[in-house]
Amino acid sequence: MNETKNKSFQKAFSAAFPHTIPVLTGFLVLGMAYGVLMQTKGYGTLWSVLMSAIAFCGSMQFVAITLLTAAFNPLQAFLLSVMVNARHLFYGISMLEKYKGLGKVRAFLIYTLCDETFSISSSVTPPEDIDRKYFYLSISLLDYLYWVLGTFLGSVLGNFVTFNTKGLDFVLTALFVVLFLEQMKKIENRIFGLIGIACTVVALVFFGASNLVIPAMILILLVLLGMGRKKICC
Amino acid sequence: MLLTPTQTVIMILAIALGSMTTRFTPFFLFPEHKEPPKIITYLGRVLPPAMMGLLVVYCLKGVSLKTAPHGIPELIAILVIVALHKWKNNVLISIGGGTLVYMVLVQTVFR
Repeated sequence: MNETKNKSFQKAFSAAFPHTIPVLTGFLVLGMAYGVLMQTKGYGTLWSVLMSAIAFCGSMQFVAITLLTAAFNPLQAFLLSVMVNARHLFYGISMLEKYKGLGKVRAFLIYTLCDETFSISSSVTPPEDIDRKYFYLSISLLDYLYWVLGTFLGSVLGNFVTFNTKGLDFVLTALFVVLFLEQMKKIENRIFGLIGIACTVVALVFFGASNLVIPAMILILLVLLGMGRKKICC
Repeated sequence: MLLTPTQTVIMILAIALGSMTTRFTPFFLFPEHKEPPKIITYLGRVLPPAMMGLLVVYCLKGVSLKTAPHGIPELIAILVIVALHKWKNNVLISIGGGTLVYMVLVQTVFR
Protein backbone atom coordinates (compact mmCIF):
# COMPACT_ATOMS: atom_id res chain seq x y z
CA MET A 1 0.00 0.00 0.00
CA ASN A 2 2.69 2.44 1.07
CA GLU A 3 4.78 1.54 -1.92
CA THR A 4 2.04 2.37 -4.41
CA LYS A 5 1.56 5.66 -2.55
CA ASN A 6 5.25 6.41 -2.86
CA LYS A 7 5.27 5.52 -6.53
CA SER A 8 2.32 7.73 -7.32
CA PHE A 9 3.93 10.60 -5.39
CA GLN A 10 7.19 10.16 -7.27
CA LYS A 11 5.35 10.15 -10.57
CA ALA A 12 3.44 13.32 -9.68
CA PHE A 13 6.62 14.93 -8.39
CA SER A 14 8.46 14.30 -11.68
CA ALA A 15 5.51 15.71 -13.62
CA ALA A 16 5.29 18.80 -11.39
CA PHE A 17 8.98 19.66 -11.05
CA PRO A 18 9.54 21.14 -14.57
CA HIS A 19 6.68 23.59 -14.00
CA THR A 20 8.48 24.96 -10.94
CA ILE A 21 11.92 25.56 -12.51
CA PRO A 22 11.27 29.29 -13.16
CA VAL A 23 10.17 29.66 -9.53
CA LEU A 24 13.35 27.84 -8.43
CA THR A 25 15.40 30.47 -10.25
CA GLY A 26 13.33 33.44 -9.10
CA PHE A 27 12.96 32.36 -5.49
CA LEU A 28 16.64 31.55 -5.08
CA VAL A 29 17.53 35.04 -6.32
CA LEU A 30 14.86 36.91 -4.36
CA GLY A 31 15.16 34.66 -1.30
CA MET A 32 18.90 35.30 -1.27
CA ALA A 33 18.33 39.04 -1.66
CA TYR A 34 16.00 38.83 1.33
CA GLY A 35 18.52 36.88 3.43
CA VAL A 36 21.25 39.40 2.63
CA LEU A 37 19.01 42.36 3.43
CA MET A 38 17.94 40.86 6.76
CA GLN A 39 21.61 40.25 7.56
CA THR A 40 22.47 43.91 6.97
CA LYS A 41 19.68 44.89 9.43
CA GLY A 42 21.18 42.67 12.09
CA TYR A 43 18.87 39.67 11.63
CA GLY A 44 20.91 36.50 11.13
CA THR A 45 20.14 33.18 9.46
CA LEU A 46 17.83 31.90 12.19
CA TRP A 47 15.52 34.92 11.96
CA SER A 48 15.30 35.21 8.19
CA VAL A 49 14.71 31.46 7.78
CA LEU A 50 12.07 31.50 10.54
CA MET A 51 10.30 34.41 8.84
CA SER A 52 10.38 32.71 5.44
CA ALA A 53 9.27 29.33 6.80
CA ILE A 54 6.46 30.61 9.04
CA ALA A 55 5.14 33.77 7.33
CA PHE A 56 6.03 32.69 3.73
CA CYS A 57 4.81 35.84 2.00
CA GLY A 58 7.51 37.21 -0.32
CA SER A 59 6.69 40.87 -0.86
CA MET A 60 5.30 41.35 2.66
CA GLN A 61 8.55 40.00 4.10
CA PHE A 62 10.44 42.79 2.36
CA VAL A 63 7.92 45.33 3.69
CA ALA A 64 8.28 43.75 7.14
CA ILE A 65 11.99 44.56 7.28
CA THR A 66 11.07 48.18 7.99
CA LEU A 67 8.70 46.98 10.74
CA LEU A 68 11.45 44.91 12.35
CA THR A 69 13.69 47.94 12.55
CA ALA A 70 11.07 50.26 14.10
CA ALA A 71 9.23 50.38 17.41
CA PHE A 72 7.51 47.09 18.38
CA ASN A 73 3.96 47.12 16.98
CA PRO A 74 2.52 43.67 16.16
CA LEU A 75 -1.01 44.96 15.49
CA GLN A 76 0.28 47.28 12.78
CA ALA A 77 2.29 44.35 11.36
CA PHE A 78 -0.83 42.16 11.27
CA LEU A 79 -2.98 44.79 9.56
CA LEU A 80 -0.33 45.69 7.02
CA SER A 81 0.16 42.00 6.28
CA VAL A 82 -3.59 41.55 5.65
CA MET A 83 -3.57 44.50 3.23
CA VAL A 84 -0.38 43.60 1.35
CA ASN A 85 -1.58 40.00 1.05
CA ALA A 86 -5.21 40.77 0.22
CA ARG A 87 -4.83 39.33 -3.29
CA HIS A 88 -4.66 35.85 -1.74
CA LEU A 89 -8.41 36.14 -1.08
CA PHE A 90 -8.95 35.90 -4.84
CA TYR A 91 -6.50 33.02 -5.17
CA GLY A 92 -8.49 31.11 -2.57
CA ILE A 93 -11.76 31.69 -4.41
CA SER A 94 -10.08 30.51 -7.62
CA MET A 95 -8.74 27.33 -6.03
CA LEU A 96 -11.88 26.24 -4.10
CA GLU A 97 -12.78 23.79 -6.86
CA LYS A 98 -9.28 22.49 -7.61
CA TYR A 99 -8.38 21.96 -3.95
CA LYS A 100 -11.61 20.08 -3.21
CA GLY A 101 -11.39 16.65 -1.60
CA LEU A 102 -7.65 16.57 -1.05
CA GLY A 103 -7.79 15.60 2.64
CA LYS A 104 -4.97 16.48 5.00
CA VAL A 105 -2.80 17.91 2.25
CA ARG A 106 -5.30 20.70 1.69
CA ALA A 107 -4.31 22.75 4.74
CA PHE A 108 -0.70 22.81 3.58
CA LEU A 109 -1.73 23.81 0.05
CA ILE A 110 -3.72 26.73 1.47
CA TYR A 111 -0.95 27.73 3.89
CA THR A 112 1.56 28.01 1.06
CA LEU A 113 -0.71 29.47 -1.67
CA CYS A 114 1.57 32.27 -2.93
CA ASP A 115 1.47 34.20 -6.24
CA GLU A 116 3.72 31.75 -8.04
CA THR A 117 2.04 28.57 -6.78
CA PHE A 118 -1.37 30.04 -7.61
CA SER A 119 -0.21 30.96 -11.12
CA ILE A 120 1.05 27.46 -11.86
CA SER A 121 -1.67 25.45 -10.12
CA SER A 122 -4.50 27.51 -11.60
CA SER A 123 -3.08 27.43 -15.15
CA VAL A 124 -1.72 23.89 -15.42
CA THR A 125 -4.02 20.86 -15.52
CA PRO A 126 -2.42 17.76 -13.96
CA PRO A 127 -1.86 15.01 -16.58
CA GLU A 128 -4.57 12.31 -16.70
CA ASP A 129 -2.50 9.48 -15.21
CA ILE A 130 -1.20 11.61 -12.34
CA ASP A 131 -2.72 11.83 -8.85
CA ARG A 132 -3.81 15.46 -8.66
CA LYS A 133 -3.37 15.66 -4.91
CA TYR A 134 0.31 14.78 -5.19
CA PHE A 135 0.72 17.01 -8.23
CA TYR A 136 -0.53 20.13 -6.42
CA LEU A 137 1.37 19.10 -3.28
CA SER A 138 4.62 18.81 -5.24
CA ILE A 139 4.22 22.28 -6.78
CA SER A 140 3.38 23.89 -3.41
CA LEU A 141 6.09 22.02 -1.52
CA LEU A 142 8.80 22.76 -4.09
CA ASP A 143 7.97 26.48 -4.29
CA TYR A 144 7.91 26.67 -0.49
CA LEU A 145 11.28 24.93 -0.15
CA TYR A 146 12.88 27.13 -2.85
CA TRP A 147 11.95 30.25 -0.89
CA VAL A 148 13.20 28.93 2.44
CA LEU A 149 16.38 27.57 0.82
CA GLY A 150 17.01 30.86 -0.99
CA THR A 151 16.63 32.79 2.25
CA PHE A 152 19.02 30.41 4.00
CA LEU A 153 21.65 30.63 1.26
CA GLY A 154 21.38 34.42 1.11
CA SER A 155 21.90 34.91 4.81
CA VAL A 156 24.78 32.42 4.96
CA LEU A 157 26.79 33.25 1.89
CA GLY A 158 25.17 36.39 0.49
CA ASN A 159 28.30 38.39 -0.03
CA PHE A 160 30.25 35.60 -1.70
CA VAL A 161 28.10 35.59 -4.83
CA THR A 162 30.14 37.32 -7.48
CA PHE A 163 28.30 36.37 -10.68
CA ASN A 164 26.27 39.27 -12.00
CA THR A 165 22.64 38.44 -11.27
CA LYS A 166 21.27 41.84 -12.29
CA GLY A 167 17.98 41.29 -14.09
CA LEU A 168 17.64 37.63 -13.09
CA ASP A 169 14.63 38.42 -10.92
CA PHE A 170 12.80 39.21 -14.17
CA VAL A 171 12.29 35.43 -14.33
CA LEU A 172 9.17 35.81 -12.14
CA THR A 173 7.73 38.55 -14.38
CA ALA A 174 8.43 36.23 -17.31
CA LEU A 175 6.64 33.40 -15.51
CA PHE A 176 3.54 35.55 -15.01
CA VAL A 177 3.64 36.76 -18.63
CA VAL A 178 3.84 33.19 -19.96
CA LEU A 179 1.10 31.88 -17.66
CA PHE A 180 -0.99 34.88 -18.71
CA LEU A 181 -0.44 33.81 -22.35
CA GLU A 182 -1.42 30.24 -21.38
CA GLN A 183 -4.66 31.57 -19.88
CA MET A 184 -5.27 33.58 -23.06
CA LYS A 185 -5.24 30.40 -25.17
CA LYS A 186 -8.84 29.85 -24.13
CA ILE A 187 -10.82 32.38 -26.13
CA GLU A 188 -13.48 32.75 -23.41
CA ASN A 189 -10.71 33.77 -20.94
CA ARG A 190 -9.37 36.63 -23.05
CA ILE A 191 -11.84 39.28 -21.98
CA PHE A 192 -11.17 38.51 -18.30
CA GLY A 193 -7.39 38.73 -18.80
CA LEU A 194 -7.78 42.11 -20.47
CA ILE A 195 -10.05 43.28 -17.63
CA GLY A 196 -7.32 42.29 -15.15
CA ILE A 197 -4.70 44.29 -17.02
CA ALA A 198 -6.92 47.32 -17.65
CA CYS A 199 -8.18 47.58 -14.05
CA THR A 200 -4.67 47.25 -12.63
CA VAL A 201 -3.31 49.92 -15.00
CA VAL A 202 -6.14 52.24 -13.96
CA ALA A 203 -5.35 51.55 -10.28
CA LEU A 204 -1.65 52.18 -10.95
CA VAL A 205 -2.37 55.54 -12.59
CA PHE A 206 -4.75 56.76 -9.88
CA PHE A 207 -3.28 55.23 -6.72
CA GLY A 208 0.43 54.92 -7.52
CA ALA A 209 2.79 51.95 -7.50
CA SER A 210 2.80 51.36 -3.75
CA ASN A 211 -0.99 51.27 -3.23
CA LEU A 212 -2.34 49.66 -6.35
CA VAL A 213 -3.32 46.14 -5.33
CA ILE A 214 -6.46 46.69 -3.28
CA PRO A 215 -8.00 49.33 -5.63
CA ALA A 216 -7.18 47.02 -8.57
CA MET A 217 -8.87 44.07 -6.84
CA ILE A 218 -11.98 46.13 -6.10
CA LEU A 219 -12.17 47.35 -9.72
CA ILE A 220 -11.69 43.83 -11.07
CA LEU A 221 -14.35 42.49 -8.71
CA LEU A 222 -16.86 45.20 -9.71
CA VAL A 223 -16.35 44.67 -13.45
CA LEU A 224 -16.49 40.86 -13.15
CA LEU A 225 -19.61 40.97 -10.98
CA GLY A 226 -21.25 43.41 -13.39
CA MET A 227 -20.61 41.02 -16.25
CA GLY A 228 -21.56 37.95 -14.22
CA ARG A 229 -24.92 39.31 -13.17
CA LYS A 230 -25.99 39.45 -16.79
CA LYS A 231 -24.76 35.93 -17.47
CA ILE A 232 -26.09 34.25 -14.33
CA CYS A 233 -29.49 35.95 -14.11
CA CYS A 234 -30.60 35.91 -17.73
CA MET B 1 18.45 43.94 15.45
CA LEU B 2 16.32 46.48 17.26
CA LEU B 3 13.69 44.24 18.80
CA THR B 4 14.28 41.59 21.46
CA PRO B 5 14.09 37.92 20.36
CA THR B 6 10.64 37.53 21.95
CA GLN B 7 9.37 40.65 20.19
CA THR B 8 10.78 39.39 16.90
CA VAL B 9 8.98 36.05 17.31
CA ILE B 10 5.74 37.89 18.01
CA MET B 11 6.27 40.06 14.91
CA ILE B 12 6.86 36.98 12.74
CA LEU B 13 3.67 35.39 14.10
CA ALA B 14 1.67 38.61 13.55
CA ILE B 15 2.82 38.82 9.93
CA ALA B 16 2.12 35.11 9.41
CA LEU B 17 -1.33 35.49 10.96
CA GLY B 18 -2.12 38.39 8.59
CA SER B 19 -0.98 36.47 5.56
CA MET B 20 -2.79 33.27 6.63
CA THR B 21 -6.00 35.21 7.26
CA THR B 22 -6.00 36.18 3.58
CA ARG B 23 -5.17 32.64 2.45
CA PHE B 24 -7.63 30.68 4.63
CA THR B 25 -10.66 33.00 4.65
CA PRO B 26 -12.19 31.87 1.32
CA PHE B 27 -11.81 28.21 2.31
CA PHE B 28 -13.49 28.85 5.69
CA LEU B 29 -16.33 30.87 4.14
CA PHE B 30 -16.99 28.24 1.48
CA PRO B 31 -16.22 24.81 3.01
CA GLU B 32 -15.78 21.94 0.56
CA HIS B 33 -18.79 19.89 1.73
CA LYS B 34 -21.15 22.73 0.82
CA GLU B 35 -21.96 23.96 -2.66
CA PRO B 36 -20.69 27.58 -2.85
CA PRO B 37 -23.06 30.30 -4.18
CA LYS B 38 -23.23 30.49 -7.97
CA ILE B 39 -21.52 33.86 -7.99
CA ILE B 40 -18.47 32.41 -6.16
CA THR B 41 -18.19 29.53 -8.62
CA TYR B 42 -18.39 32.09 -11.42
CA LEU B 43 -15.64 34.22 -9.80
CA GLY B 44 -13.49 31.12 -9.29
CA ARG B 45 -13.67 30.53 -13.03
CA VAL B 46 -13.00 34.09 -14.25
CA LEU B 47 -10.60 35.35 -11.57
CA PRO B 48 -7.50 33.34 -12.64
CA PRO B 49 -7.04 35.08 -16.02
CA ALA B 50 -7.87 38.47 -14.43
CA MET B 51 -5.40 37.91 -11.58
CA MET B 52 -2.66 36.84 -14.02
CA GLY B 53 -3.22 40.19 -15.74
CA LEU B 54 -2.95 41.92 -12.36
CA LEU B 55 0.29 40.10 -11.54
CA VAL B 56 1.90 41.06 -14.85
CA VAL B 57 1.13 44.76 -14.30
CA TYR B 58 2.08 44.43 -10.61
CA CYS B 59 5.55 43.14 -11.56
CA LEU B 60 6.05 46.06 -13.93
CA LYS B 61 4.71 48.75 -11.58
CA GLY B 62 8.20 50.05 -10.76
CA VAL B 63 9.13 50.65 -14.40
CA SER B 64 9.33 54.36 -15.21
CA LEU B 65 8.25 55.37 -18.69
CA LYS B 66 9.44 58.95 -18.18
CA THR B 67 13.05 58.29 -17.20
CA ALA B 68 15.63 56.29 -19.17
CA PRO B 69 15.48 53.53 -20.28
CA HIS B 70 11.70 54.20 -20.52
CA GLY B 71 10.71 50.57 -19.98
CA ILE B 72 12.35 49.54 -23.25
CA PRO B 73 14.21 46.50 -21.80
CA GLU B 74 10.96 45.22 -20.28
CA LEU B 75 9.05 45.82 -23.52
CA ILE B 76 11.66 44.01 -25.63
CA ALA B 77 11.86 41.09 -23.19
CA ILE B 78 8.08 40.68 -23.13
CA LEU B 79 7.90 40.81 -26.95
CA VAL B 80 10.59 38.11 -27.05
CA ILE B 81 8.56 36.01 -24.61
CA VAL B 82 5.39 36.38 -26.69
CA ALA B 83 7.25 35.54 -29.92
CA LEU B 84 9.06 32.54 -28.39
CA HIS B 85 5.82 31.28 -26.92
CA LYS B 86 3.99 31.53 -30.25
CA TRP B 87 6.88 29.80 -32.00
CA LYS B 88 7.91 26.99 -29.62
CA ASN B 89 4.93 26.91 -27.25
CA ASN B 90 7.23 25.73 -24.46
CA VAL B 91 6.84 27.46 -21.10
CA LEU B 92 10.45 27.00 -20.01
CA ILE B 93 11.96 28.16 -23.30
CA SER B 94 9.79 31.28 -23.29
CA ILE B 95 10.63 32.17 -19.67
CA GLY B 96 14.33 31.32 -20.00
CA GLY B 97 14.72 33.16 -23.31
CA GLY B 98 12.89 36.25 -22.11
CA THR B 99 14.88 36.42 -18.88
CA LEU B 100 18.19 35.94 -20.70
CA VAL B 101 17.38 38.74 -23.16
CA TYR B 102 16.37 40.99 -20.26
CA MET B 103 19.58 40.27 -18.34
CA VAL B 104 21.75 40.98 -21.37
CA LEU B 105 19.84 44.22 -22.04
CA VAL B 106 20.11 45.63 -18.50
CA GLN B 107 23.71 44.49 -18.05
CA THR B 108 25.10 45.70 -21.38
CA VAL B 109 22.88 47.87 -23.59
CA PHE B 110 20.87 49.81 -20.99
CA ARG B 111 23.41 50.04 -18.16
